Amino acid sequence: MSAEKPTSSTAAKTAMTRNALYLAEFSEPGACLHAAEKLRDAGYKNFDAHTPFPVHGMDKAMGMSDSKLGWITLACGITGVSAGWLMMWWMNGVDYALVIGGKPPYSLPSQIPIMFELTVLFSCIGTVIGMLHLNKLPRHHHPIFESDRFAGFSDDKFFVSVAADDPKFSVEKTKALLKACSPDGIELLKEEI
Amino acid sequence: MGYIVPIKELGESPLVDPKITMHEVTDLVSKVSENRAPRGWWFAFLFAASFTGILGIAVGILFWFGVGVWGNNSPTYWAWDITNFVWWIGIGHAGTLISAVLFLFRQKWRTAINRFAEAMTIFAVMCAGMYPGLHVGRAWYAYYMFPIPNQMSLWPNFKSPLMWDIFAVSTYFTVSLLFWYVGLIPDFATLRDRAKTAIRRKVYAFFALGWLGSNRHWQNYERAYLILAAFSTPLVLSVHSVVSFDFATSVIPGWHTTIFPPYFVAGAVFSGFAMVMTLMLITRAVYGVKSVVTMKHLELMNKIMLTTGSLVGYAYGMEFFIAWYSGNDYEMFTFTNRATGPYWWAYWTMISCNVITPQIFWFKKMRTSIPVMFVASILINIGMWFERFVIIVTSLHRDFIPSSWGYFRPTIIDVFTYMGTLGFFFTAFLLFIRWIPMIAIAEVKATLPSADPHFGHAHAGDGEHHHEDKPSEAAPDAALVPGE
Repeated sequence: MSAEKPTSSTAAKTAMTRNALYLAEFSEPGACLHAAEKLRDAGYKNFDAHTPFPVHGMDKAMGMSDSKLGWITLACGITGVSAGWLMMWWMNGVDYALVIGGKPPYSLPSQIPIMFELTVLFSCIGTVIGMLHLNKLPRHHHPIFESDRFAGFSDDKFFVSVAADDPKFSVEKTKALLKACSPDGIELLKEEI
Repeated sequence: MGYIVPIKELGESPLVDPKITMHEVTDLVSKVSENRAPRGWWFAFLFAASFTGILGIAVGILFWFGVGVWGNNSPTYWAWDITNFVWWIGIGHAGTLISAVLFLFRQKWRTAINRFAEAMTIFAVMCAGMYPGLHVGRAWYAYYMFPIPNQMSLWPNFKSPLMWDIFAVSTYFTVSLLFWYVGLIPDFATLRDRAKTAIRRKVYAFFALGWLGSNRHWQNYERAYLILAAFSTPLVLSVHSVVSFDFATSVIPGWHTTIFPPYFVAGAVFSGFAMVMTLMLITRAVYGVKSVVTMKHLELMNKIMLTTGSLVGYAYGMEFFIAWYSGNDYEMFTFTNRATGPYWWAYWTMISCNVITPQIFWFKKMRTSIPVMFVASILINIGMWFERFVIIVTSLHRDFIPSSWGYFRPTIIDVFTYMGTLGFFFTAFLLFIRWIPMIAIAEVKATLPSADPHFGHAHAGDGEHHHEDKPSEAAPDAALVPGE
């Protein structure tokens, strides 16, 4: 059933709204994947898939490049290991030299465990913050949540969205393209200016 | 319109009940926190919470009177405090093993139990983390453990393994919490989208961070998960290695051995799996999640317990062998004293619980029997507590000069503190089961046959993504084909 659902309550609010995105619903990951491929081949750039879990092959279907997160982790890891080393060298070797067990005040081998732990600590905190930064999260408002059916994305529904600011976006042509993918429903969502 | 069966490994059977749909997975897990708590939950919660109150009393008495309220004496300076610390931190390790190590090895069966095990890790590390703070006696000076500028212009001694331990355990707690939270984000979104009341929606929306399942987000998310798993794996090995350095770098016979790091890590995983098993069997029975946590999962966990239990048994034997082989009189005395001295009962409890008990899992009948595995998991928890007790107390109580020998007896405050941390652990765990999805919903869905984009209908005119399997080949896997 590709019957089109009338746009939700936002359509009624005519004052100062503009098109935000098209939303197409699918009930299977395969159909969603093919819709993404069609959008990619049609030259769309600013579109997305919304799925309950990461669908295998979707990155390729959307023509996405690799995640840059690893570089953030690397930078944080290097910071962690250097900060740990500097801290211990300065505290035990320079600022207050402690001679314990006849060992030299500054001794690298005994510092390795803490250098390792701090590498892990900095890298992991950096990874999580970096992931949220790349995803522009937390974000507590998005026009996509105006859709009533969108809540299904976290259950068992699969969505494709095309943002209105995509250069190829057109109310008629995009709709035709999405319709050709035989979705369970298409919605045009608005946002307030 | 032929059906296409996903590629499977040889001999692989479905991880979860093949007839279960995605919506049923969502429903099954979310309902636990949406429905009213069963009466049993309230009984368990009040019982556990009252023990948490006992912890408060025990800690209050400790702070008021000092560590003299414990049974620790000269020469047994470390006793239940460090025994419990090592026991709790060891229990935590199974959670990280399940969430990180099995993730890296692509063991998809972990998805049914990882959330559960990670929660256990976090609460166990909280319990463990209390002891270093408590056993310093004057807990208001606990901040001396951290490199914070203080009024004596002193810095911590970074050459001390106890200092390494502070960094290892606090890193471990932070990273476990991050890993757990990252895994929870999509599931919080599920609860947010299902929420019926405004307050419930607002609270879950806060924790879901505005998650909208975007594939552009999933890409970074999955990469973050992979990186966290890749860091957690060496981290978990390092944490218990560092815990073992607390002992191994000293010159006490019975502690000063190079086998300690791997031996401690194996023991940690062993005890942790036993604790996951105990908790999982109870939860599985109470909440009826048997179609997601199947007998296959339980059997695999029993196999891991058999492996790690045998590794621990090997380590016990090797310690004795090296004590004899080294020709060191003190070392040999310590080990003979362990098995035949005043604490012989603790040693043999340890051997029978840790070495003999898991051997029953060689038999499939035992591996797949719920009463057997429940009793075995409890015995292993007890045995692993005794292992730490034996290592710590028997090595200390008879040191180099017989005139300083002593005998450690726990006081009621020791018992209260230990029972109290158990109460705290179960209180936290029950709250977790009540409010947080206890099974990783998104991850379990991804392992369902219907999650494969190649599964289901073959779309006409698109050969790029489909294998040319004939439907007849699907016959052996008929159970996986929807509609049958």
